[in-house]
Amino acid sequence: MAHLVTTRTRASTVAAVIALGLVALGLILPAFASRSLIQDLFFILTMLTLAQLWNLIAGFGGMVSVGQQAFVGIGAYAMFAGVILWGWDPVPAILLGGLAALLLAIPMAFFAFRLQGAYFAIGTWVIAEVTRLLVAQWKTLGGGTGTSLPREATSDIIGVAAIADLFGLRDAAARDVMAYWLALLLAVGTMAAIHALLRSRTGLALAAVRDNDNAAQSVGVDARRVKWLVFLAAALMTGLVGALIYVQTARISPDAAFSVTNWTAYVIFIAVIGGIGRLEGPVLGVLVFWALQTAFADYGAIYLLALGLLAIVTMLFAPRGLWGLIADRTGLALFPVQRRLILKGPSDG
Amino acid sequence: MTDVLTLSHVTKSFGALKVTDDVSFAVAKGQALGIIGPNGAGKSTLFNLITGNFLPDGGTVTFLGRDVTRTPAMARVRMGVGRSFQIPQPFEGLTVFENLLTAGAYGRGLREAEVEADCIAILRDTGLLDRANQLAGSLSLLDRKRLELARAMATGPELLLLDEIAGGLTEGECQVLVATIRGLHAKGVTIIWIEHVLHALTSVVERLLVLDFGRVIGIGAPAEIMASKEVREIYLGMDV
Repeated sequence: MAHLVTTRTRASTVAAVIALGLVALGLILPAFASRSLIQDLFFILTMLTLAQLWNLIAGFGGMVSVGQQAFVGIGAYAMFAGVILWGWDPVPAILLGGLAALLLAIPMAFFAFRLQGAYFAIGTWVIAEVTRLLVAQWKTLGGGTGTSLPREATSDIIGVAAIADLFGLRDAAARDVMAYWLALLLAVGTMAAIHALLRSRTGLALAAVRDNDNAAQSVGVDARRVKWLVFLAAALMTGLVGALIYVQTARISPDAAFSVTNWTAYVIFIAVIGGIGRLEGPVLGVLVFWALQTAFADYGAIYLLALGLLAIVTMLFAPRGLWGLIADRTGLALFPVQRRLILKGPSDG
Repeated sequence: MTDVLTLSHVTKSFGALKVTDDVSFAVAKGQALGIIGPNGAGKSTLFNLITGNFLPDGGTVTFLGRDVTRTPAMARVRMGVGRSFQIPQPFEGLTVFENLLTAGAYGRGLREAEVEADCIAILRDTGLLDRANQLAGSLSLLDRKRLELARAMATGPELLLLDEIAGGLTEGECQVLVATIRGLHAKGVTIIWIEHVLHALTSVVERLLVLDFGRVIGIGAPAEIMASKEVREIYLGMDV
C-alpha cells in the first residue's frame, strides 16, 4: 500500500503564497511608506522575532525562560562595544551581538538546565539581572547611565547613503529604512528557520522532550542535546535582534537594554495572546500588542495592569491563545508542522 | 539458541534496602519471560537495571553477548532495548504516527523517511492505523496502551520490555492487547513482561520468574510455578 507523509495542506499552500507576497511588499514598502509607518513596522517585526524565539524555546521546547532580556542586552552592548571600542560599522557589529549572546547562553544553560519549571524561569531571570549589573560596571560604555552611538558612526553606516539616494530621503530616515529591512530579514529568516526545524527530525525530538522528557529518552532521543541546541540557537538570534534594535535607537543604558518588561514580559504577552506553541500565534499576538500599545501606552501603569489582566483572562479562557480559538473553530493551520499520514491505493485494512 | 539478555548476580540497593538481591537469569532469543511478584518486590527496578536507567551495585548485565552493565540508557535503546511504561507516557502534542516516527528515527538512528513504512506496519499490527493522525493526548486508555507497545516496537527492539501493560484495562480490552502481543511474539520478538494480570501473562509467556524482596524465588514453566507451594504462599496467598 502506497503512502504519503506530508505537513502541507491546501490552506498552508495559500498561506505560503500570501506570505511570499507580503514579504515582497514589505521589501518595496519603503519606496512609498511614511517614516512613521516604517518605524512602527520595525517595532512590530523586532517584537515578532523576539516572540517567535521565545515561543520556540518555551512553546515548542517547554523551557519557559524569563531571562531573554539578557540576550537582547548583551547583544546590544556587544554591538556598542564593536562600534565604540573597535570602530566597527554598526551593521556588521550586529553580528557581534549574536556571538556575545551565544557565549552568554552557554554558562546560562549550564546553570539553568539544572532547574525545572518555575525554578528554571526564575533562574534565567536571576542570571539576566546579574548580567545587567555586571554590564553596568562597564565604564567605557557608560556604566549605569549608558551611552549613545557616536555621530560619526551613525552618519556613515554602510548602504545608508545609497538608500538615501534611492528613495530621496534624509540620512535619519534612510537609517530607519536600513534597520527596517534588516528587521524584515531577521523576522522572515527566523520564522523560516523555526518552521524548517520543526518539520525536521529534530522538531520531533523537541516536541517529544517537551511532552515527556523521560519517554523521549526511552526511545533514544538525547534530551539534553536537543535543549542545548534550541536554547543556544534562540539566544544567538535574540542577540542579533537586540543589537539591531539598538542600532536603530542609537542610545543604550543597562536598564533599558536588560529590561524584563520590554524584552520578556511583552514578548510573553504576545506569545500568550496569540497562541503558545504555534508559529501563527506570535504573528497575531504582535498585531494585538501593537494596537494596544498605540492606543493605550500613554496610560502608564494602568496600561500595564490591563495587559496583565488580558493575559490572565486569555490563559484562563483561551489557553491556546487567539490563534488556538481560530484553529479550533476552523481547523486552519497556516504554517503546519504536523506530519499527516495519507494512505493511497488498495487498502487491506 | 543464543541468549539475548543475561543477568548475573545483579544487586541494587537504595540506602539500606536491597531492592535487587543477587538476581541471575537469561532470556533466549525469541522467548517470552513473565515476571510476577508482590508490589514492592523490585520488578520495576529490575527493568530499570536492564534499560540502564539504574546502574547496578554489583553483578553484570549482558545484552546480545556484550557487557552493558555500565552502558548508558540511550545507547541501550540504540542497541535494541525497547520498553513500555507502566503508566502510558505518550508524546501528547504529537500524533500517533509522529510518536512512532520519533521512536523509529531516534531509536534506530535513521532518517524519518527510512522508518515511515515500518511505522505504518506497526500501526497496523497494533490496531492503531485509523488513529494515525490523531493527537496522542486524545487517545483512550486502551489506545494509549497500544501506543506504548507500538512506540516501543518502533525503536526496532531485539528485546521488548513490557511493564504492566494490561493493567487497568477491561477484560475485553485486555484480550485485544494480549492478542497483539501474542502476534508480536509469534514474529520472533523477545519479550520480558511484568504483569499482575496473570491469565494475560500466562497465555503468552513460556516461562515465569517470581520475584520477592528483590530475590528470584522461582523460575520455570507457568504451570510449574503456579503449582509451587512457595509461590502460592508468598505471591498469590490464595488458590488459583
